[in-house]
Amino acid sequence: MPEPSSGLVPLQAFLLLAALLFCIGVWGLINSRNAVRVLMSIELMLNAVNINLMAFSSYIDGDLIRGQVFAVFVITVAAAEAAVGLAILLSLYRNRVTVDMERFNLLRW
Amino acid sequence: MTIANSTELICFLILGAVVVLGSLGVVLLANIVYSAFLLGGVFMAVAGLYLLLNASFVAAAQVLVYVGAVNVLILFAIMLVNKREDLKPIEGLALRRLLSGGVCLGLLALLIRVALTTPWAVPGPAAIGVGATERIGEHLFTDYLLPFELASVLLLMAMIGAIVLARRDVLEADVGTGDAVNQVLVEKPQTPLLIDKSTS
Repeated sequence: MPEPSSGLVPLQAFLLLAALLFCIGVWGLINSRNAVRVLMSIELMLNAVNINLMAFSSYIDGDLIRGQVFAVFVITVAAAEAAVGLAILLSLYRNRVTVDMERFNLLRW
Repeated sequence: MTIANSTELICFLILGAVVVLGSLGVVLLANIVYSAFLLGGVFMAVAGLYLLLNASFVAAAQVLVYVGAVNVLILFAIMLVNKREDLKPIEGLALRRLLSGGVCLGLLALLIRVALTTPWAVPGPAAIGVGATERIGEHLFTDYLLPFELASVLLLMAMIGAIVLARRDVLEADVGTGDAVNQVLVEKPQTPLLIDKSTS
């Protein structure tokens, strides 16, 4: 039985996929005008980091899989972040009656 | 436990295409509802990638937490703030997009270079395979016990914080002193925050 570390898919393929996903997330984070889409972009970036952690855990740390433990913690923090972020978004919407990121400029100078 | 190499490669290519195209759709589509559903597809594809990496527990956690909770939460938020609004055009939007695209492409090039030129220590020790869930449990209750407990405290704080932030009405009296309070919003001072209970 071939181990996945000697399989056809190299570690670099996972790293490249995660890099692409992360960059798409960064672009969306900067350019989205809808606040909900900004939160979605953050989730994309967190998933990219998780893919990296899991790939390293499987290919380099296959015995002690510490990367998987870290991925579980990242998923936990992402869930908390999504809940608080959406609550902040709701209270922003109540004050400003918009989700346009360009109009959340109270702290701008 | 491992599947044949060519099958693994085909699965990786399909899942990778779904992840990349789906995330592009999340960022670029005009309709936010389509974006939310595509985001669910991306999360499922990432869970499939975890299965390819022999991590069934984290794949299940990904499906439960991301698709089952975060995506549903985002859909609820879209439903609650669903107002058709025409976004005002801002000057220099195209230039801004081009600049940020350039920055992102540069970051991507840097990451690709790092991924390809670093001599990774592969192959590492043999993968643990089906025993991964037990090993995660051992980690969580021995050497990662403190972060595990902190994560539970964090979840409690996030829950209370989300409730406090999203709550609609405010208290009539200060909880500590019992004095009457009426906080006004800095943004909209003309709007009374207190709900008038005498009329209802």
